[in-house]
Amino acid sequence: MNSLTSTWAKRGSNPVLLAVWGLASALVVYVLIRGGYLMSVLQIAAIYTVFVTGLNIFMGYTGQVSFGHNAFAAVSGYTSAVLTATYNWEPLPAAAVGLGGVLLCALIIGYPTLRLRGHYLAMATLAIGLIAYDVAVEWGSVTQGYMGISGIPPIGIGRWTVASDRGILVLLIIVAAIGMFAAAGIRRSRLGRAFVAIAGSENAARALGIDVSHYKLVAFLISAFYAGVAGSLFVHAIGFVSPEVFGLHMVVLAFTMLYIGGIGTFVGPALGALIVTLLPESFRTFNEYQDLAYGAVLILILIYAPGGVASLPKLLSSSSRRKPA
Amino acid sequence: MLEVEGLSARYGQVEALRLVSLHVDDGELVAVLGPNGAGKSTLMRALLGLVPTQGRVRFCGADVPRRNPVAAAACGLVLVPEGRGIFGPMTVAENIELGAYLLKGNRAEFARRQERVLALFPRLKERLSQVSGSLSGGEQQMLAIGRALMAEPKMLLLDEPSLGLAPRVIEEILEKLGELNRKGLPIVLVEQKAPLALKLARRAYLMSVGSITAEIDPRTVKSHNELAHFYLG
Repeated sequence: MNSLTSTWAKRGSNPVLLAVWGLASALVVYVLIRGGYLMSVLQIAAIYTVFVTGLNIFMGYTGQVSFGHNAFAAVSGYTSAVLTATYNWEPLPAAAVGLGGVLLCALIIGYPTLRLRGHYLAMATLAIGLIAYDVAVEWGSVTQGYMGISGIPPIGIGRWTVASDRGILVLLIIVAAIGMFAAAGIRRSRLGRAFVAIAGSENAARALGIDVSHYKLVAFLISAFYAGVAGSLFVHAIGFVSPEVFGLHMVVLAFTMLYIGGIGTFVGPALGALIVTLLPESFRTFNEYQDLAYGAVLILILIYAPGGVASLPKLLSSSSRRKPA
Repeated sequence: MLEVEGLSARYGQVEALRLVSLHVDDGELVAVLGPNGAGKSTLMRALLGLVPTQGRVRFCGADVPRRNPVAAAACGLVLVPEGRGIFGPMTVAENIELGAYLLKGNRAEFARRQERVLALFPRLKERLSQVSGSLSGGEQQMLAIGRALMAEPKMLLLDEPSLGLAPRVIEEILEKLGELNRKGLPIVLVEQKAPLALKLARRAYLMSVGSITAEIDPRTVKSHNELAHFYLG
């Protein structure tokens, strides 16, 4: 993780990245005007942007591994769903209780598991995700098992709700943007520098007086909070939740988004979420070869831009420097 | 100033340090010499509490808490680790800022320390916004030392600062260390390149297989043969 190239050192406008952002913004505007199926796709991309931005804090900045953040999305998502659909709570207080539950779970889980490193930490967090899935399946009296919970109200306060697809998309984009800029603020802060120092060398960080276990736990809690926000947003935006929503598939998708977008970078999670949700839709005309084409493109991106799409400007500028005059 | 009594450390079944005792007085530059695998780096890590140990480490009259490097750093015992331990994806400026991590929000004191470090290593000043992973080996070592100095150490522990550097760069770095020591900063210098370390040190300890085998007065070592005698017994 410590060999990651970061775009932090060279902030500022970059034509390639600006072009990518321009394209993404044009797509959002087009979808907002035209509506249709792509609206739902972009909603999912925005929710995953929040989830992956949190994962990026734990994995990209702090250099740890987690296969279990889907558990935190599940805790928050199910809490929101049960409190609103079964007990008629307002969505915001329900989401707040869900997020409180997420932080408590992350504290209880993180304290012992973060003593582990590398593959052992990965396996322990994977187990947490699997346990959350099993609880969602088996605790049928609350979660309705495989049937799931439907009729979850859209997000809102009192009579004011965001019910239209356009409204939901705008709200999700705003939350995703806040999440991204908050993560950028964290990275630039003293806290963020401690995270990156831990990713670089735990012993070197300790030698500078950085309490490594404490900051790993803080990074875990922050990223779990992001996962919780994504979980609550998901159930209120889609109106339905089942164990499959927060299953292993979510982890695989989030990892793909993180690496395709660019781990450890500011824009990576958003770019990754956009690309990974939009690519399968772009290959619909390939029919039975859709998955093949999708997989091939992902592999090509990882081969030619190993730092993710966010590293493209750097790659292009270094290759243009190598060209003879 | 630093007193170590009967310090032992193990990596599983392997005894990496065996009953090491040494002392460093105020203002001294003490070298720790020995071949690869002698336990020099483990000794540095053990002093800071980065490895589990038995024995006693006293610094400035107080016991250094075991397995608590944060407390050791707060006492003023600062390590420049083997391989420099700079944070590659961060800029030079961010690395320097991390050196003063325990200073928290005192901007005036931070500025004073940074000015002092950049005066000692002017090359870092030119590269403040550069990603530190792209610096040359010598510059990275300067950054590692500069970052340690930002903590305003009461004693500096250096683990193989010459590792992988060109002779001219090594000379430049050792010259800076000599300058710091002349200004009163006590230094413990771990080195494989014994002749270089002996030029600077007031005293030296020789380590072999996890133990201290000799204490040397560098002034008494007149030739390579004499040094070889200490190494080989």
